[in-house]
Amino acid sequence: MRDVAVVGFAQRQMSEFDGSPTCVELLVPIFAECYEQTGFTRKDIGFWCSGSSDYLAGRSFSFVSAVDAIGVLPPVNESHVEMDAAWALYEAWLKIQTGEVDTALVYGFGKSSAGVLRRTLALQLDPYTLTPLWPDTVSVAGLQARAGIDAGAWDERAMAEVANRSLTDAEKNENAVRKGGSSVEELLARPMYADPLRKHDCAPVTDGAAAIVLSADDRARDAADRPAWITGIAHHVDPLHLGSRDLTRSPSAARAGRAAGVGDVEVAELHAPFSHQELVLRRELGLGDGVRVNPSGGALAANPMFTAGLNRIGEAARRIWDGSASSTLGHATSGPALQQNLVCVMEGRS
Amino acid sequence: MGKLPAAVVGVGQTHHRAKREDVSIAGLCREAIDRALQDANMTFDDIDAIVVGKAPDLFEGVMMPELYLAEALGAAGKPLLRVHTAGSVGGSTAIVAASLVQAGVHERVLTVAFEKQSESNAMWALSVPMPFIMPVHAGAGGYFAPHVRSYIRRSGAPSHIGAVVAAKDRQNALRNPYAHLRNETTTVESVLASQMLWDPIRYDETCPSSDGACALVIASEDSARSVDSPAWIHGTVMRSEPTTAAERDQVNPQAGREAAAALWKQAGITDPLREIDAAEIYVPFSWFEPMWLENLGFTPEGEGWKLTESGGTAMDGVLPVNCSGGVLSSNPIGASGMLRFAEAALQVRGQAGEHQVDGVRRALGHAYGGGSQFFAMWVLGDQPPAN
Repeated sequence: MRDVAVVGFAQRQMSEFDGSPTCVELLVPIFAECYEQTGFTRKDIGFWCSGSSDYLAGRSFSFVSAVDAIGVLPPVNESHVEMDAAWALYEAWLKIQTGEVDTALVYGFGKSSAGVLRRTLALQLDPYTLTPLWPDTVSVAGLQARAGIDAGAWDERAMAEVANRSLTDAEKNENAVRKGGSSVEELLARPMYADPLRKHDCAPVTDGAAAIVLSADDRARDAADRPAWITGIAHHVDPLHLGSRDLTRSPSAARAGRAAGVGDVEVAELHAPFSHQELVLRRELGLGDGVRVNPSGGALAANPMFTAGLNRIGEAARRIWDGSASSTLGHATSGPALQQNLVCVMEGRS
Repeated sequence: MGKLPAAVVGVGQTHHRAKREDVSIAGLCREAIDRALQDANMTFDDIDAIVVGKAPDLFEGVMMPELYLAEALGAAGKPLLRVHTAGSVGGSTAIVAASLVQAGVHERVLTVAFEKQSESNAMWALSVPMPFIMPVHAGAGGYFAPHVRSYIRRSGAPSHIGAVVAAKDRQNALRNPYAHLRNETTTVESVLASQMLWDPIRYDETCPSSDGACALVIASEDSARSVDSPAWIHGTVMRSEPTTAAERDQVNPQAGREAAAALWKQAGITDPLREIDAAEIYVPFSWFEPMWLENLGFTPEGEGWKLTESGGTAMDGVLPVNCSGGVLSSNPIGASGMLRFAEAALQVRGQAGEHQVDGVRRALGHAYGGGSQFFAMWVLGDQPPAN
C-alpha cells in the first residue's frame, strides 16, 4: 500500500444556505481554501470525487452542476458516489493506491433545508414494506434509543452527558450551528421531542459543503508540514431492516474498526447524529475513557448531510496537523440507525 | 507502483423488458447477480466487496436503494459502495470495482448496475426545471438533437446514416436473447418512415426505456487463472467536463477524445481500428455511432459516417460495433454502461453466442453520460496485460 495522507480540509456549515442545492457557490471558495493550504492548483489534482444526493437536491443529476465548481477545461479524471463524501474519500484513496494518480480532491455538499429532512430520509427505507409507513429518521432513532434503554445498554443521563459535552466543545468551533453547553440536569429537564430523544439528542438540520485533499508520499510531504497519514481505512454495511438486527449494536462499525486498525487513538471524531449513537460507536470501536471524542462538537453541533462524515475525517486530521495528537480516527455513518459505517485511522510522523 | 492485473471472470444480465412486473428491484438485481456468480463458479461467500451503480434515484423513487438492497446483494457484513456518474455510471461502477482489485485491496469483487425504469418516468425525471440551470426539455432526445444536427452539418453526412445504424443494431438484437426490442422487420427504409421526434432523430432511432440489470465478477490474477477464458483488463479511463461552457464542443467533446487517447496508450494500442476486434459503444440515439467513432479515434474527424455507411460497423465489418444490439435495443439507463462493458467481456471470452464475432482478442466497452460530458471506457483482452 502507498502512503497516503490528508493534507487539506475546508468546510462551510449553516442552518439555511441561501443558494442553489448544488452548492457551487460554497464549493468554489472551499476549493480556493484547499489550494491555499496545500500550494496545489487545479492542475495538481489527479482525481476528483464527490458525494451528494439527488433526493436532497430534489432533482436528478445534482452533482453534474457541482462539477462546474472545478472549472471548465481541460477535462478532469472524476467520479461521484451517492453517499456521504467520506466514501468518496475512500474511492479517491483507492485511485491513489492503484498508482494511477498521486493526488485527489474530495468534496461533498448538501442542502438539507430544501425539504423536510426527516421525511426525505424515509425514502431510504425498503420501498415495499417500510417507506409506505413513512417512518422518519428521528422516529427510527427514537426506537433505537428506546431499545438501548430497555436493554440497559445506556440511559437518558448518559445521552445527556454526550449532548452536554458536545455542545460545550462546539462553543470553540466556529463552524458549529448549534452550541452552548449547560448541565446534565438542565438538559434532562428539557421537554421530550421524540421520546426518549430531546431536541439536543438530535443533530440539527444543517446545510453545507466541504473538501479534503489527499496526496501520496512526497507529494504529501510537500503539501503539509505534518501530513495526517492514513494507516487504515475500511467500511462495512449491515442489513437495513430494523427487525433483522439488534438496534443496540452496529456490527458494521465494529468490523470497519477492526479492518482499519483503531489501535491507541487519542482523538476520535465520530459521526453520531443522535446522542445515543455515540455510545454505540464507542463500544463497537473499543474506545476507552481516555479517548477524546468529538472535540469539534461532532454531528450534534452541525450535521450537513453527505458532508458530515467527511468533516469528521477532516477534523481528526487537523488534530494531527496542529500536533495536538499523534493518532486519531474519523468515522462516517450512512443509512438508518448506523447501518453503514466507515473508519479512517490517521497518524502523524515526526 | 503499477496496477495489479485483474480480469472479468463472471458476466450476468437480465432479460431486459419495458416492464419487469415479475420481479422487485432486488429480484431484478439478483437475476443478473446469480447468473454472474454461476458463470464465475462462485457464491456470495467468495465475494469480498460489492459495488453498486445506477442512474438517478428519482427513476425508482428510492433514495440510495443500495441500503435497502444490501441483504439481497449479499453485501451485509461486507463493504458496499454506490457509484452515480449519470449515464456513464455502469462503466464507472465497473471501473471502481476493478480498481478495488487493481489496488490490491480485494481479491474478488461483485459489481451490479441496474435501472427499473417502469417504476417512474425517466424522461420527466430528467426534466425537472431548475432555476439558473439550462433545462433539458422533454428528456435526453431534446438535448442531443441539436448536437446531431450540428454533426450532420459539419461532416456533410447523408441523412440516412442514422437509419443505417438503427437497422443494424435492431437486427443484431435478434441474435441476443436478452435484448429488449425484437423488431424483425426493421430496415433502413422502415426507420426512415418512422415518426420524426426531435428533428433529425426519428422514433426508430431512439433507445427504449427498459427494466434491467447487469453484473460482473472481477478477480485478481490468482483467482482469474483458475477460470476458463478470463477477460483481462488492459486499460480503464474516466474523464469529465462541465455541462455549460461556451468553449465546449458537444459534438466531439474534449473529455471523450482525451479519455480515448489515454485508454489506447494504457492498452498499448496505436491503431484502434485495426487492433480492436469488437466495440460496444454507448449509442442511445443512432447518430451517436458515427459521432463516437470519430471521438474515439477510430476514424478521422468528419469520416465516422463513411465507416458506418460502408458496413464497416456491421457484424462482419472491419470494426463490429454493438453486436449485442446496443443501447438502441436495451436501455436500463444505470445498467446500460455496464452492459457495454459486459458485452465486451463476452466477446473476448468467446461467450457471446449468436452475436459472437470470430477471434476477438481485444474489445472496447464505452459509456457516456450527462450532456456528453462524462466518459468511462475499458479495453479487455484475451491475454493478461503486458504492462
